[in-house]
Amino acid sequence: MADRKTLQATQISGHTGAAPGFDVQRNYEVCKLIDTTTCIGCKACEVACVEWNDMPFQPTTFDNTYQTMPKTNWNFWNLIKFNEHQNPDGTIQWLMRKDQCMHCADPGCLAACPADGAIVKYSNGIVDFNQENCIGCEYCVSGCPFDIPRFNPMTKKVYKCTLCSDRVGQGLEPACIKACPTGCLKFGSKEDMSFIANERAKQLKDHFGFANAGVYDPSSVGGTHVIYVLHDATDPERYGGLPKNPTIPWSYTVWKWLFKPVLGTFALFGFLGVLAHYVTTGPRVPQPEPPRKEELHG
Amino acid sequence: MASGAIERFDNEARQKFESMGQTVVYRGELLRHPVYTRVIHWTVALFFFLALFTGFGIYLPWLFKWFTPLFGGGPLARQMHPWFGVGFVFFFALQALNWLTPMIWKPSDTRWMRNLHKIVSNEEKMDPPDTGFFNAGQKVQFWEIVGGCIVFIFTGAILWGGARYFGATAVAISYVLHDISALIMLGGIFIHIYLSTIGEPGTFHAMIRGAVSEAWAWTFHPAWYKQVTGRDPVEACEQARREMDAKR
Repeated sequence: MADRKTLQATQISGHTGAAPGFDVQRNYEVCKLIDTTTCIGCKACEVACVEWNDMPFQPTTFDNTYQTMPKTNWNFWNLIKFNEHQNPDGTIQWLMRKDQCMHCADPGCLAACPADGAIVKYSNGIVDFNQENCIGCEYCVSGCPFDIPRFNPMTKKVYKCTLCSDRVGQGLEPACIKACPTGCLKFGSKEDMSFIANERAKQLKDHFGFANAGVYDPSSVGGTHVIYVLHDATDPERYGGLPKNPTIPWSYTVWKWLFKPVLGTFALFGFLGVLAHYVTTGPRVPQPEPPRKEELHG
Repeated sequence: MASGAIERFDNEARQKFESMGQTVVYRGELLRHPVYTRVIHWTVALFFFLALFTGFGIYLPWLFKWFTPLFGGGPLARQMHPWFGVGFVFFFALQALNWLTPMIWKPSDTRWMRNLHKIVSNEEKMDPPDTGFFNAGQKVQFWEIVGGCIVFIFTGAILWGGARYFGATAVAISYVLHDISALIMLGGIFIHIYLSTIGEPGTFHAMIRGAVSEAWAWTFHPAWYKQVTGRDPVEACEQARREMDAKR
């Protein structure tokens, strides 16, 4: 197909420059739109995710909520978080939020990762883990403001939602989108999804009385390639702990890209220092020094 | 009381290792380090460099990723790094107990540090007469490594367990402290290796054969020389100089 271009990775963890990754064939920035106001919590997306990615299901813990398990897992990347929220006027809301990787434009996991090529950001915005390059240090877990990467103690590797990069690469939508029966999940270009999300938020404000309705697309991580429509965008925390202002720890930004090389160079000065001492001052020898050999006068 | 137990343990270890290895001291030489001290020193050195080299690839992969294949690739290097670290801390702890007494900071050490520039510039050919078994520079490095090891234990445990057990913030902070501690030790190791080899000739024998020349002792550790021989270091040096001149 003429319109299918072979795309290059734009950012690779622990790597000096761009390098070829897997081909991802949607040229534009993709985006998943999750409308929490129309999610019915049916869990079809959870099943679709496990099915498509061929991950075995396992016994889980029931903690008296409409949630499949307390947290996502290395083999369960997509979880509908449930929260029963009481409004000030006494009414109750059942909040369902599909929790998965947000595919940040400025990914904290990638910034934290020290392994060459383990985390890749494609030009269409998908952030993907290449487990064959993962060294299992779990720095990505602490770099992620959304608590998404999950460690598999068996393989000693970290896993997360791929936004079905394999399906998207073939022009298909992610498995969760395909399974959604209410249409609360949509997939397309970032531009289109932002437009639809804002229209829906406006609709909620104007016609449904949700004065604080809005779109969750946090600019603190450069925007995300998974965006939410929330009834109350002023308090995303109530949706199962969606951070209001997600940030990457400074130790993975300032320290890693500035101070690491700079201080590493300072440590090298120890080597250069002793070398300079040997050349300029010379060694200290036990006293008394034996007499020097007489120079040959020619 | 506790220090008494440590001393007993050290003495027993020394005797045991002395029966396995040996230290030959020739005429004109002094015993510097017994077998036990040397064995620990080189074990610590081995684990230090294993931990350092496995750590390099994790620290700056774009610069040091050629280190990781030496350890079977990234995942294995990452798996082994904490174990090497445990080895380093454990054996250094033994050395710390072994050297606790001679490493105690004294007023003379403060004077030695103030005099440091004259020693670095080689203005004073001999160390100050009150320089004992270890000089203040060695003591600074020793206590830096003790402090660094304490940092390594706590931050290393947090990094080993990971964000799953200790939380994202703890890992993000630990990783920076772990790096800084390693960088200070890396800078220090260059100075250590330089001074113990080409920087102050004769020093390397102290850790290889365990013995040093008397001239080395009265030059670099005069107070220790006086303590073990009973002779005045400056006097001994002058006498050696006279003998040397007479031979010419």
